[in-house]
Amino acid sequence: MKIHEYQAKEILRKYNVPVPGGEMATTLEQADQAAKALFSAGNPVVVVKAQIHAGGRGKGGGVKVVKTLEAANEASKAILGMQLVTHQTGPQGQKVQRLLIEEGSLIDRELYLGLVLDRASAKVVFMASQSGGMEIEQVAHDTPELIYKEYIEPAVGLQPYQARKLAFKLGLASTQINDAVKFMMGLYKAFIETDSTLMEINPFITTKDGKLLALDCKINFDDNAMFRHKDLKELRDIAEEDPLEVEASKFSLNYIKLDGDIACMVNGAGLAMATMDIIEYAGGKAANFLDVGGGANQEQIENAFGILLSDPNVKAIFINIFGGILRVDVLATAVVAAARKLNVQIPIILRLEGTNVEEGRQILADSGLKFSVGTTMKEAADLAVAAAKGVN
Amino acid sequence: MSVLVDKNTRLIVQGITGREGTFHAKGCAEYAKQFGVNLVVGGVTPGKGGTTHEGFPVFNTVEEAVAETGANASVIFVPPPFAADGILEATAAGLPLVICITEGIPTLDMVKAWEIVKRTKTVLIGPNCPGVISPGKAKIGIMPGRIHKEGSVGIVSKSGTLTYEAVYQLTTRGIGQSTAIGIGGDPIIGTTHIDALKLLNEDPDTEAIIMIGEIGGSAEEAAAKYIKEFVKKPVVGFIAGQTAPPGRRMGHAGAIISGGEGTAAEKMKAMAEAGITVVKSPAEIGEAMARLLGKA
Repeated sequence: MKIHEYQAKEILRKYNVPVPGGEMATTLEQADQAAKALFSAGNPVVVVKAQIHAGGRGKGGGVKVVKTLEAANEASKAILGMQLVTHQTGPQGQKVQRLLIEEGSLIDRELYLGLVLDRASAKVVFMASQSGGMEIEQVAHDTPELIYKEYIEPAVGLQPYQARKLAFKLGLASTQINDAVKFMMGLYKAFIETDSTLMEINPFITTKDGKLLALDCKINFDDNAMFRHKDLKELRDIAEEDPLEVEASKFSLNYIKLDGDIACMVNGAGLAMATMDIIEYAGGKAANFLDVGGGANQEQIENAFGILLSDPNVKAIFINIFGGILRVDVLATAVVAAARKLNVQIPIILRLEGTNVEEGRQILADSGLKFSVGTTMKEAADLAVAAAKGVN
Repeated sequence: MSVLVDKNTRLIVQGITGREGTFHAKGCAEYAKQFGVNLVVGGVTPGKGGTTHEGFPVFNTVEEAVAETGANASVIFVPPPFAADGILEATAAGLPLVICITEGIPTLDMVKAWEIVKRTKTVLIGPNCPGVISPGKAKIGIMPGRIHKEGSVGIVSKSGTLTYEAVYQLTTRGIGQSTAIGIGGDPIIGTTHIDALKLLNEDPDTEAIIMIGEIGGSAEEAAAKYIKEFVKKPVVGFIAGQTAPPGRRMGHAGAIISGGEGTAAEKMKAMAEAGITVVKSPAEIGEAMARLLGKA
């Protein structure tokens, strides 16, 4: 789960990790109030930052540094409501519905700090780099030796010596080392206690007067751990997500919207990805990724059907099921019920195999509805592509 | 022969009284019974010890179950919040093989659990996996037994249903399988591609290997290096997610292209360079293997 920068900074504050003062605003009025408060508190510079769940906001025109209240209001007016396009949003961009109005900082150095799960070692790794303020992926690709790493022993957690090592490698002044250690220890504590999968401070800055600050912060939470974080769950902003994906998540369906016209309903993530792949090789394009899961019941499959049909681009539905936990007869019953209930007019192509497959095929045959059944995945994919193109 | 699971496997089911635990305890027992194997010897559900469930004796703890039944393997169907604890309990009881089917275990729970398990002799398969089957002998997991056929092709895969797909394509071509190992789609798993490949490579009755991976991480690249150096048996490979968009988690917690790492293209390239026959379409896995074995 992703959260906004302003929410991430609120979490950091709770762990005594220093962040610039600021307020979130959803209206121009709130933005004006927040900027006014910052200027009247003596801040010479204020920053207006678009809050969307994507990186690269500055380059896309979503961040403005201003020195007067008029300029701040002008920036807020320009950014709030804009369709912000960054390298992570896709060409359609993301509508800005929230701003962060923040005090400006006199930046001395821009550094990088990050906590992430390292899959190869199965440990959390603390990364630090002197190349802050740029895409860390690019730094990792071009100059991996400039990213310093400390692998954290799960039993004992981040140790102060590890934080010290990183702080010295960042070339911080001796007067800043203790603050940096506190900063990193706080960050690690936040990472563990919030069940994060990613925590990035980019840039992690030193100011002209020697202070350390998290100028930006990105946090992703582990969806699998959200059952024990009711408070964090509430930070979800569904306005940042695709409406169909939001709807699907209500039913615990693994659905990702794509831009093709063949809807897919598959059980198992691997097969669902492979189904997208085979559709492409058959000359079509998948409208979505959808894993109905191993334990899907009839109601859930009906819900899944509803979601696939709400995508206006969809011209055919390809159901590819290999039954392990999910029994094919259960699926077939649900498909028939849903197709009847929703009066589905677009072609449905099925490929079924696995537990109780004969019963499943019989249920389809007895339904009196018109389904195309492919015996192999390739044949079914070809049928689906032909159906989407309007060829029978 | 086969690896991990055979006619001498004695299995307990952790979470045997739950819906999935019940269904698959019966499924595993019935599959093995066809070959004269008494596979499932009991189960564990805390608080239900001393009772019998579907004919299986139920115990309160894994330790007790192992002591009473002589089990040498466990399969876990415990819900995600408690599954890492279940893995640790099975490991502490000294079981040589622990297979965790549960999907949705918090990553940091697995970071801690794996740190312990990796220091022991316990082989952990999964979590978030379909399990292991040695056709004609026994199965531990949720795969449909009837699509399998005893034979000599070993399979290692991150994906459940994609493994069934590969198995089915082999069986319908008359090609049997030695052991199919579903290693799971989580970012942290016990047995990795390399570990499973080692087992299959050293198994005298495994003639050829199918390796199925998916986007995310770099385990397939590491496995490709291993194959290049050590594996002389023919290998067919497939990677799911060739058309997956970057930055999106494709169902499996581990299936994500992030920071340009973990793309299907990179993995397929590394595998092809290692001499693996890499197929682009999941429908071609069986055919490619048939060709390698001269059975096309």
